[in-house]
Amino acid sequence: MSTQRLVILGAGTGGTLLANRLRRRFDPDELQIDVVDRDDLHVYQPGLLFVPFGLAKPAGLARSRQAQLRRGIEYHEAEIDHVSLADQRVHLDDGWSLPYDALVVATGARLLPEETEGMTGPGWLESMFTFYDLPGAAALRDALAKFDGGRLVVDIADFPIKCPVAPIEFAFLADWHLRRRGIRERTTVTLVTPLDGCFTKPVASKHLTHLLQERDIGVEVDFAAGEVDGAGGRLISYDGREISFDLLVAVPLHGGQAYVERSDGLGDSLGFISTDPATLKTKAGDNVFALGDATDLRASKAGSVAHFGGEILSENLAAFLRGRSLPARFDGHANCFVETGNHKALLIDFNDRIEPLPGRFPTAVGPLPLLRESRLNHLGKLGLQWVYWNVLLPGRGIPFVGPTMPLAGKRLAAAA
Amino acid sequence: MTATVIAKRRVDVDAEGFLTDPMQWDEELAEQIARDVGIPELTERHWLVVRFMRDRYLQTGNAPSIRSLGKESGVPIKELYQLFPKGPAKLAARIGGIPKPKGCI
Repeated sequence: MSTQRLVILGAGTGGTLLANRLRRRFDPDELQIDVVDRDDLHVYQPGLLFVPFGLAKPAGLARSRQAQLRRGIEYHEAEIDHVSLADQRVHLDDGWSLPYDALVVATGARLLPEETEGMTGPGWLESMFTFYDLPGAAALRDALAKFDGGRLVVDIADFPIKCPVAPIEFAFLADWHLRRRGIRERTTVTLVTPLDGCFTKPVASKHLTHLLQERDIGVEVDFAAGEVDGAGGRLISYDGREISFDLLVAVPLHGGQAYVERSDGLGDSLGFISTDPATLKTKAGDNVFALGDATDLRASKAGSVAHFGGEILSENLAAFLRGRSLPARFDGHANCFVETGNHKALLIDFNDRIEPLPGRFPTAVGPLPLLRESRLNHLGKLGLQWVYWNVLLPGRGIPFVGPTMPLAGKRLAAAA
Repeated sequence: MTATVIAKRRVDVDAEGFLTDPMQWDEELAEQIARDVGIPELTERHWLVVRFMRDRYLQTGNAPSIRSLGKESGVPIKELYQLFPKGPAKLAARIGGIPKPKGCI
């Protein structure tokens, strides 16, 4: 049998753990694995939230992409020019091209601040920042250190965004940070969202709304920011309403990568890949799969979804490469620790069907409480960074935490 | 889900007034729902958006988000807000007789 070729686009959470899982599963003479990414900087993105508050150092969050890949995986550091589905080949901008028998798109989402009018104009990186990338988070840290009170506004331009709870966590941590500095009283903190609530899942929304009220954090709903006036400190909605700010923390619009738009038939109008939520096969072809933030799935754009989805996809790819039908079904399982400040966090665990509910995780006896603030959850969030580099990316499973959402421990009666 | 009467017809709607069965919809119904939500008359531009939303939902099972609507329908987002104040995707879905677009968490 000749060697088959798998090309994985993207060496982030999903691409890396998938490559490592499959490298362990197939001999090199059975399967060649090529991984492509544009640089060699793998950022632990959950850590970005902590950078503006001095609770994490930027340098501690990044490692080499290539170093996370097992031996026997070919790493190509290059921009992708386009994918040609017709001749099953990935064209790189350095002139190389990679033929594939199976392709996985795992290049994540791209921040598009320039798509909101005025966002990258006057005031950008002076009074308007994002913490969604490393330079932005570091610049915001410096601005926050000089901030002496006023109107702090956290704005979500529109969904989908990575880690939908991160803006809420930012507001919680900002509240805590400002209190410790003694300037909370002369600061208003407002969370602005285009949705009609701070969170769309009813039970979790109730819990989070309560926590926001407790901390005197304002929520402005149904506000779709169409324009920012950085010089005047105004956020302007498409329907003409205005919110004033002294410091704007913006979660910019997200889209897929630019090469997706240059690849005929690969993505939708936002550059995301139309993907079957159960098998993770795409509409672009039987041998084209997608994982994580790059997909158009309803599941959250989050590392945990790329992780659980990656476990499912490695089963399906193994079957596909051996000519069998796809056995595994993804349920959209996601979980995340939500930092609430003061060394506490709550944990949510959910899937496409079951909203986040109270109870215990990962088993009926815990140890972690769901939807309730605790120090243990905060320690869990901190510990996740070690687990990420040492367990998740190498493609090992976390004990007791499988790709399918557990029902044991959840109080189903609490569902809305 | 409750049954209600719109434009002299019995239809099934959810708690927020969105039709739960897109097949119960027709243009007369759309005009009545539009008046109920404060749009006195549906112009050609309104219809373009409503039909686009409805067709997309019937083809794919998902209604487009406001951004895809702006990119794909040919009607810029600013104009969408002029046509359907307070939430173009939601209002156009309701007028088009399809379920409320789901936000992602």
